[in-house]
Amino acid sequence: MSERLTRFFASRWGILLAGAVIGLLAPLLQRAGNPPNMGVCVACFVRDTAGALGLHRVATVQYIRPEIIAFVLGSLIAALLFREFKPRAGSAPIIRFFLGMFAITGALTFLGCPWRALLRLAGGDLNGLVGTAGLVAGIALGVFFLKRGYSLGRSRPAPAAVGWMMPLFMVGLLLFLLFRPQFTKDGPIFFSAQGPGAMHAPLLISLAAGLVIGFLAQRTRFCTMGAWRDVILMGDTHLLTGVGALFGVALATNLVLGQFKLGFAAQPVAHSNHLWNFLGMALAGLAFTLAGGCPGRQLFLSGEGDGDAALFVLGMLFGAGFAHNFALTGVPDKLAEGVLTVGGPGPYGQAAVLIGLVFCIVLGFTMCERQK
Amino acid sequence: MAKIVDARGLSCPQPVILTRQAIDEGEFPIEVLVDTVTSRENVRRAAERAGLKVQVEAMGDEFKLTLTR
Repeated sequence: MSERLTRFFASRWGILLAGAVIGLLAPLLQRAGNPPNMGVCVACFVRDTAGALGLHRVATVQYIRPEIIAFVLGSLIAALLFREFKPRAGSAPIIRFFLGMFAITGALTFLGCPWRALLRLAGGDLNGLVGTAGLVAGIALGVFFLKRGYSLGRSRPAPAAVGWMMPLFMVGLLLFLLFRPQFTKDGPIFFSAQGPGAMHAPLLISLAAGLVIGFLAQRTRFCTMGAWRDVILMGDTHLLTGVGALFGVALATNLVLGQFKLGFAAQPVAHSNHLWNFLGMALAGLAFTLAGGCPGRQLFLSGEGDGDAALFVLGMLFGAGFAHNFALTGVPDKLAEGVLTVGGPGPYGQAAVLIGLVFCIVLGFTMCERQK
Repeated sequence: MAKIVDARGLSCPQPVILTRQAIDEGEFPIEVLVDTVTSRENVRRAAERAGLKVQVEAMGDEFKLTLTR
């Protein structure tokens, strides 16, 4: 039975199901209170979580997002049930940490992970197209390095504690979320009173949706980077089927719910600075490719015991704090009295994206494992 | 003597890349060693797409896939 289920989830129907469920749940989460075109966004939600912990102090984006916690725990449950929980580590962890940092710097320049790029597009935000184009360009560059023999080396089986670290960290975050302790007078845990961080679905709904997505994604290996990578690398459209289903179902759900608004300018929590939308996501796509998974996939891997993916996730958390403290993130478009001010990253953010690209390209050329 | 591809511990998509290189070399059978179900399914899919027969054997926590024409 278990093996038959495993084959189903590994089939095209399985990946289609995972994509469709995410595509359905994301707009519904938005309906239930999550920010517009941000029903689910791994980069944004990691950023909000970093804010809640006080790793950055931008008051509008601080909330411990239950979805992130539930993605890891849902994946853990799936991995335990199907005997795939496998503690492992040792594949260039410090490199993975920095790839996580630069990946989220790129994603926050665009204001979204690959999931949100699709969800923004499904909500009529055409900047999602530019972001996705950048993502694909970054992945294509990553594939070039993979073909040259790029590798972060092998992971090895590890003691159980290595695999349990990230799930336990998530349980800790869940306790902070439930009890909201105040550690010092003006200190964390922070929760936004206004802005995107204050917009969230009820806790139990977020948790339940996240658990379902985490479970399905662990079983099907849903990955928005792998989708494009496999097409570029070998013409394999398996994972892309899931991405297509996510987009199609999210678009249909948005149209039914009246959450669709077509255009480039002044879209919610977005900017229409095309160059930096493209370059930001190109950096993210390259970093995901070099690390072997999109941010969602890294969370799911960390739930099934992958200590290296866990380091990537911590790198994202750290990087999100860094990005806001150092004003690296993209600023949304502003529309005041009919005058549109196009947003985008400031000079430091632009420099950070370029530094990230150089970092990734140097890695791409230098990290090679000699094959026997 | 089977050609052996040891893809244990490697991140996606390296097990598939190494398998495809071995397939291109044209010597069969090929034995691919992997240590996750993800890699097992990815290698199986790539081999089947190349028109090969795939036999999977569980070895403790690891898997051996034997690819033949």
